[in-house]
Amino acid sequence: MTSFQSTGEYIATENLRMAVNAAIVLEKPLLIKGEPGTGKTLLAEQIAKSLGAPLVQWHIKSTTKAHQGLYEYDAVSRLRDSQLGDDKVADVRNYINKGKLWEAFDSEQRAVLLIDEIDKADIEFPNDLLQELDRMEFFVYETGETVKAVNRPIIVITSNNEKELPDAFLRRCFFHFISFPSVDTMKEIVEVHYPNISAKLSAEALEVFFELRDVPGLKKRPSTSELIDWLKLLMSDDIPDTILANRDQSKAIPPLHGALVKNEQDVQLLERLAFMHRRETAR
Amino acid sequence: MLIYFFDCLKKHQVPVSLTELLDLINGLDKQLVFADQDDFYHFSRCCLVKDEKHFDKFDRAFKAFFDGLQSVEGMLEALIPDDWLRSEITKQLTDEQKDKVKSIGDLNKLIEEFKKRLEEQKERHEGGNKWIGTGGTSPFGHSGYHPNGMRVGGAGGNRQAAKIWERRDFKNLDNDAQISARNIQIALRRLRKFARTGAEDQLDINDTISSTAKNAGMLDIKMVPERHNAVKVLVFFDVGGSMDYHVKAVQELFNAVRTEFKHLEFYYFHNFIYESVWKDNLRRHEERIPIGEILNKYSRDYKVIFVGDAAMSPYEVMQPGGSIEHWNEEAGSVWMKRLLSSYDKAAWINPEAEDGWKYTQSTQLIRDLLEDRMYPLTVNGLEKSMANLTK
Repeated sequence: MTSFQSTGEYIATENLRMAVNAAIVLEKPLLIKGEPGTGKTLLAEQIAKSLGAPLVQWHIKSTTKAHQGLYEYDAVSRLRDSQLGDDKVADVRNYINKGKLWEAFDSEQRAVLLIDEIDKADIEFPNDLLQELDRMEFFVYETGETVKAVNRPIIVITSNNEKELPDAFLRRCFFHFISFPSVDTMKEIVEVHYPNISAKLSAEALEVFFELRDVPGLKKRPSTSELIDWLKLLMSDDIPDTILANRDQSKAIPPLHGALVKNEQDVQLLERLAFMHRRETAR
Repeated sequence: MLIYFFDCLKKHQVPVSLTELLDLINGLDKQLVFADQDDFYHFSRCCLVKDEKHFDKFDRAFKAFFDGLQSVEGMLEALIPDDWLRSEITKQLTDEQKDKVKSIGDLNKLIEEFKKRLEEQKERHEGGNKWIGTGGTSPFGHSGYHPNGMRVGGAGGNRQAAKIWERRDFKNLDNDAQISARNIQIALRRLRKFARTGAEDQLDINDTISSTAKNAGMLDIKMVPERHNAVKVLVFFDVGGSMDYHVKAVQELFNAVRTEFKHLEFYYFHNFIYESVWKDNLRRHEERIPIGEILNKYSRDYKVIFVGDAAMSPYEVMQPGGSIEHWNEEAGSVWMKRLLSSYDKAAWINPEAEDGWKYTQSTQLIRDLLEDRMYPLTVNGLEKSMANLTK
């Protein structure tokens, strides 16, 4: 099995690569946490791409139950069919719908399974998956058969930390925390997304961006994905390169800030700061 | 080798388990990392630590282990072999200093002295003093001047550039330090109790199947209500005065509380609970709600949370007329006892740091009134208080 590297679209830091490769070699699920917008979900897609493996995505909602990932027994339609005297009724297999986990276990080629935002589900959800993730097999009560992974899938689990995950679950995973990228890593990321960006614009934009992140009291600090969107706007709007360079401190709000700051309280905060700055310089 | 590393992590209170250690060994076996300390750091952290709030503890443990010195606590627990100490000391000394330690006899004396000192300090520590200091001229501790001194913890002057684990990037993710609305919410989620009440809008498959079977195959659909959080909470916030310093933290707690519970009522008070509280801070003098009314209105299964810094003069708690705002006929403690006898699930959350509590008499008084159910406004404190409320 080849190991995971940075791709043409995704910059993985040294320690992220290490964590992913450890999870691949030791066949353990990899739990990824980090600030929103640091590329947690994207990681699974990129692993699949770089290994040429099929990707199975399971997006978790607050109503998702663990067994939905394994299979669902459609009792209601079987009941209905039984009333209509359909022949299908005799075989229970006709009413078992495979879930994402089953799909990943069945895959001929080693698949990448993404369990996205596991913290959105009920507090008991991770506990219900312990056995399945550990042994990579589960039992189907209706048919009395055991489904076992043909190839143990590479499992990537993301969490936004809305709920704490149970210890028993954590013990079975590897864990990586994606820290916010440093200025240098961020430069690489920008280059990967926009290879044609002028060096000047990119440098100026990054400066504004990191300055903005340092503003104390922001409710939601802008993240990588917001920077990327913002740069796209800046480029497509054909804003002269100089607009960022000659920016006047009295306008502390960067142009097209809507892409960076998503909270009206934050916009107000920036306006207030700009106002205070103007007053100070006027003195 | 790794057993000691594991042990060192345990001593630094990093929650690690045997399975994880086996994973680590397995990974080393498969040559995921080879002879590179940084790689080993990343790999072992990825295997052993499952929450970023433990990263800082892990960094400290890693440093302690690879510096060849256990933390002082570890030293007290283990009997340190003389040979090891001797080599450790000689490692710390420059050639010049080694000359000063003229014979091995001096070294032995130093080691004896060290052990004695450790013993002594163990006892004195219980009296509340700090044992091995830094920057002094005692032969023990670090950054000192004594020529044949021994370094205990901390970085000496002869270190190389800081290692990753020495940077301690994750310091502020540690549990007690940071509190944000999200953290609070996570802690509050412990206070959940699910119940099925309300409209029946979910298909109950089991019941449907069995009743259909009983019905000789004629479909008989059964429904159940969805589960939701049925916990009921009554919160009292202290406003004004000394609480101004804690406005931000309390605001965040307030926001988190508001979205988390369906049955939530909140009231304000100033400094301490007397015969009435209020709901609207702007009209606090016109619209007061007597405690008696609250006792009648909310059933006994409500859980009561007080949020306040508990810093006031003891009279305000114990004496009739002690309130700083008005003449109260009965002492605050009487009203508090009335509330507590009605609602047996109660907690006081104090935004003041826990170390400071013992210096304020009123804090002690209130703590006693609440039978020790006072918790600091940290993630840990909240978790403890919530655990207590759900008991």
